Amino acid sequence: MTPLLDVQTVSKHYGSQIGCADVTFKLYPGEVMGIVGESGSGKSTLLNCLAGHLPPDTGQIIFDTRVDGPRDTLTMSEPERRMLGRTDWAFVHQHARDGLRMGVSAGGNIGERLMAVGARHYGDIRDQAIDWLGRVEISETRVDDRPTTFSGGMQQRLQIARNLVTGPRLVFMDEPTGGLDVSVQARLLDLLRGLVRDMGLSAIIVTHDLAVVRLLADRLMVMKDGYVVETGLTDQVLDDPQHAYTQLLVSSVLQV
Amino acid sequence: MTDYNFAYLDEQTKRMIRRAILKGLAIPGYQVPFASREMPMPYGWGTGGVQVSAATLTPDDILKVIDQGADDTTNAVSIRKFFEKTADVDTTTVTSEASVIQTRHRIPEEKLTEDQILVYQVPIPEPLRFLEPRETETRKMHALEEYGLMHVKLYEDISRHGHIATSYAYPVKVEGRYVMDPSPIPKFDNPKMEMAAIQLFGAGREQRIYALPPYTKVVSLDFDDHPFDPSKAPHTCSLCGARDSYLDEVIVDDEGGRMFVCSDTDYCESRRAMAVEDVA
Repeated sequence: MTPLLDVQTVSKHYGSQIGCADVTFKLYPGEVMGIVGESGSGKSTLLNCLAGHLPPDTGQIIFDTRVDGPRDTLTMSEPERRMLGRTDWAFVHQHARDGLRMGVSAGGNIGERLMAVGARHYGDIRDQAIDWLGRVEISETRVDDRPTTFSGGMQQRLQIARNLVTGPRLVFMDEPTGGLDVSVQARLLDLLRGLVRDMGLSAIIVTHDLAVVRLLADRLMVMKDGYVVETGLTDQVLDDPQHAYTQLLVSSVLQV
Repeated sequence: MTDYNFAYLDEQTKRMIRRAILKGLAIPGYQVPFASREMPMPYGWGTGGVQVSAATLTPDDILKVIDQGADDTTNAVSIRKFFEKTADVDTTTVTSEASVIQTRHRIPEEKLTEDQILVYQVPIPEPLRFLEPRETETRKMHALEEYGLMHVKLYEDISRHGHIATSYAYPVKVEGRYVMDPSPIPKFDNPKMEMAAIQLFGAGREQRIYALPPYTKVVSLDFDDHPFDPSKAPHTCSLCGARDSYLDEVIVDDEGGRMFVCSDTDYCESRRAMAVEDVA
């Protein structure tokens, strides 16, 4: 089976500082990969490199495109990469404000990607927007409201709807549940898990919350100081951590 | 004549502006940056249009200046006087006699010909500006033809008002490539932009020039189920009776009385003059 994303020795340095170094992994269709680690461990740098927001210094990121098969996204032309960014890829930011247009209604936010790929029928766009609001459990009556009037959890769900409307195959998530209270987090995780399973999405989730990866991720990658220190199946890594840092991480979680 | 160089600007500046104009004509709808000069008038009063006119004028040209369609408003009168003084060119208010027409917010009703140049004053040349504030990003969007955002604006219009409520500065797509702000002309004028005359757009404060060569294809953006509608007030002109011209609403008393008159004063006057002749 061809991996959806094949990452080979990706490194990114900020001057003499290491952002992330020598990261290699494969992501297969339908698989959810979690990346955990403490603040400053290079998780977000890695995610931004993978999603094309930052150019890595070395390495290859080979994505299995729909039309041309596996292609290195780093040597692609910018229009092609940006096209991927709004069709086959999605990026969910930690802060919904970074991923939403706050001055545009919820319907317009969801419709933007559709219009960007050529939808020109208002009725159809609106129907899809309403459909997606329903899927992320936002009332249809809010379709013309701006995200500024939404709660944090709703904004995050709207951001997810906006990203998934074009049916992407790979979703990058940067701490999707950060900054939300626990009950809202639980609902969001439930929703994400449902969407990922129903749509057969592949996803890369960066988080420092082990509960999130326990629920969502099939495989786990633990990062420290820019390096990957441990990889494996989620349950295996969390239940039987081998690396000293992973052991510390797992034992640091408060048991209620 | 005067102590000014012909048409106020020095020759090197005019040359620089002409170069920008030529580039603009070669790439219809593309915003060409140029080194806009300080003009003896405030920004927002047509400094861009004046610079383009100055670079376009020759001593034989006949200049017409209109503001909201009228030849007799402050902006039009002072720009006309400016060029009478600094370039010593002939001026006119008759559309068909003019070779260069500088305009603010209107296209003349009378059909323009291949011998004419229409110069627009543009306040904000970037059609995507209010949706995407970053210039680096809008440039990239133009370069990569990512215009989905423009439709988001129209979508918002329909969702809020039930129809596309943008009534001026209505975005257009030029030759299937660049999305362009036609300056704040009413959308009624948009279909007229496919014309025989050369159209030049100057934005002084924003330092951009763009252009449309004659007979360039200009399409107003819309949705399949909400097509573009070049609407105007559903009245006839109270002075000349024209049904086909763009109308201004004029309040005539404080009891709700109002009248609709042609915004293009030359068009209205010539129609009334003809009507008098017919009677005589």
